Amino acid sequence: MKKYTYTDKKDTRSGFGAGFLEVGRKNPNVVGLCADLIGSLKMGDFQKEFPERFFQVGIAEANMMGLAAGLTIGGKIPYTGTFANFSTGRVYDQIRQSIAYSNKNVKICASHAGVTLGEDGATHQILEDLGMMKMLPNMTVINPCDYNQTKAATIAIAEYVGPVYLRFGRPVVPIFTPADQKFEIGKAWMVNEGADVSIFATGHLVWEAIKAGEILAEQGIDAEIINIHTIKPLDTQAILNSVKKTGCAVSAEEHQMNGGLGDSVAQLLCRNYLAPLEMVGVNDTFGESGTPEELMIKYGLSASNIVDAVKKVISRKQEIYK
Amino acid sequence: MADIEKLKGIASQVRRDIVRMVHGAKSGHPGASLGCTEYFVALYFHLMKHDPKFNMDGKGEDLFFLSNGHISPVWYSTLARSGYFEVGELHTFRRLDSRLQGHPATAEHLPGIRVASGSLGQGLSVAIGAAQAKKLNGDDRLVFVLMGDGEQEEGQIWEAAMYAAHHKVDNLIATVDRNGQQIDGPVKEIMDLMDLGAKYKAFGWQVIELENGNDMEAVVKALEQAKGMTGKGSPIMINMHTEMGYGVKFMMGSHKWHGVAPNDDQLQEALNQLPLGELIDYLSK
Repeated sequence: MKKYTYTDKKDTRSGFGAGFLEVGRKNPNVVGLCADLIGSLKMGDFQKEFPERFFQVGIAEANMMGLAAGLTIGGKIPYTGTFANFSTGRVYDQIRQSIAYSNKNVKICASHAGVTLGEDGATHQILEDLGMMKMLPNMTVINPCDYNQTKAATIAIAEYVGPVYLRFGRPVVPIFTPADQKFEIGKAWMVNEGADVSIFATGHLVWEAIKAGEILAEQGIDAEIINIHTIKPLDTQAILNSVKKTGCAVSAEEHQMNGGLGDSVAQLLCRNYLAPLEMVGVNDTFGESGTPEELMIKYGLSASNIVDAVKKVISRKQEIYK
Repeated sequence: MADIEKLKGIASQVRRDIVRMVHGAKSGHPGASLGCTEYFVALYFHLMKHDPKFNMDGKGEDLFFLSNGHISPVWYSTLARSGYFEVGELHTFRRLDSRLQGHPATAEHLPGIRVASGSLGQGLSVAIGAAQAKKLNGDDRLVFVLMGDGEQEEGQIWEAAMYAAHHKVDNLIATVDRNGQQIDGPVKEIMDLMDLGAKYKAFGWQVIELENGNDMEAVVKALEQAKGMTGKGSPIMINMHTEMGYGVKFMMGSHKWHGVAPNDDQLQEALNQLPLGELIDYLSK
């Protein structure tokens, strides 16, 4: 198992804030919109430096999505900011008609995704957003794993023309990817090469997968770990190549199993290369109040859950090939 | 100076196109399309600076957005008659593989359309965004948007109305088609808008009352007046009263023709009431 260490931990939303400021400096067409959550989204530095390119929308997310679509006409690259819940479910039809179907160059930047939003509880903990967004034709869906990768993704999406959903969160998580990385949309990132099982993780569950990989290594299981930061378009080649080598897979995400990364991997495997798959994710339930750490454990999203899923899927594989 | 007689002639031809398109497709929305014909013709043939060699960004041009997308027939005809595409293409309206979708869309790249519409309440927000992009680009041309009156029931309209005034989007002229009808009946009975002009005024807009939106001279005058009110720190709303189905007697004054196509006899009766001007009908294939 390749050794991963970290010296610092930060929230991925701060990676977004830093990337947003940097891309604002690089590209004068980048503009920002926020629905009364500038502090939560870390958009304040951009707003301070480029006040004329930043629009406070107030608590009116539907309007914000329409404004963003309109701003693209004339060549602007709008980044909208609000919580993941209000970036998707609340405004699905606005995104569908004015952004996705109209193929507008809008970057929907969504913070506080998943149960690790914590104490605010289920009203704000969206676990369906990746599914809703990946179902929309034309939409690219990105879910980076740490501060550095979120920052790099925030900068990279300005270069891509078309609608993007960029998902990040509130919990403070280890920074283990390089600061100078070049983010490539749709290109999975090999975290650790292994032979016994493929772990496909997204978001901050990549770190949980690394922790799981270390535990598994001690027990003699050689896990391949791949960071799927782009849910759509899915790096199907990377996934199939890995599963053809290992013969079984585990997906890990802070999202409903229905409609998430695991669902995409299941479709891919069923249609191309049959292999047993176990999913780590939330199983058809809403979240609740608690600390992020408590919720990760209660909802089965931590390293130990990945370890259990790996053992189960390997025994299923052995059952098939015995 | 606008040549009112010439504009009226074009309007008559656009109306012929509308009823023929809806008849040909055996579906569509003739009522409000006919009611808004003067508005579209005045905009595209007199008021707006626009280039039929369509460019999505429209820099240096006035832009138009249709929020109540179901009245696509009047827009498609106006665009074709303005030279955005061949008038013969009007024949493909609502048919398979057509660029003239039931509701306006950009996916088929029909020149003149900048955003999809049809799901109501979204066009005002998009128009405001485009108006702000113009300001950022130092482009002093204007943005126009048309909405329906039933559509005013959508909450997003009021989010957008609040925003436009707060952010001083004064290069925007929004028009509400007050034909007084929606699918289930008269707007007054479904959800009374009460004093809509007063509502927009209270939201910080400048409001123009247009009593007869089917009088070409009055429409041109109202639009010119609105243009003169731009650049003064607040957006402009034209409260435009029209008659649904205007120009075709049996379609007037009722919500019955909101989304119904005429049969062969009704088409003939309609065409008999709409004089052919200098232009000619498109060919049915």
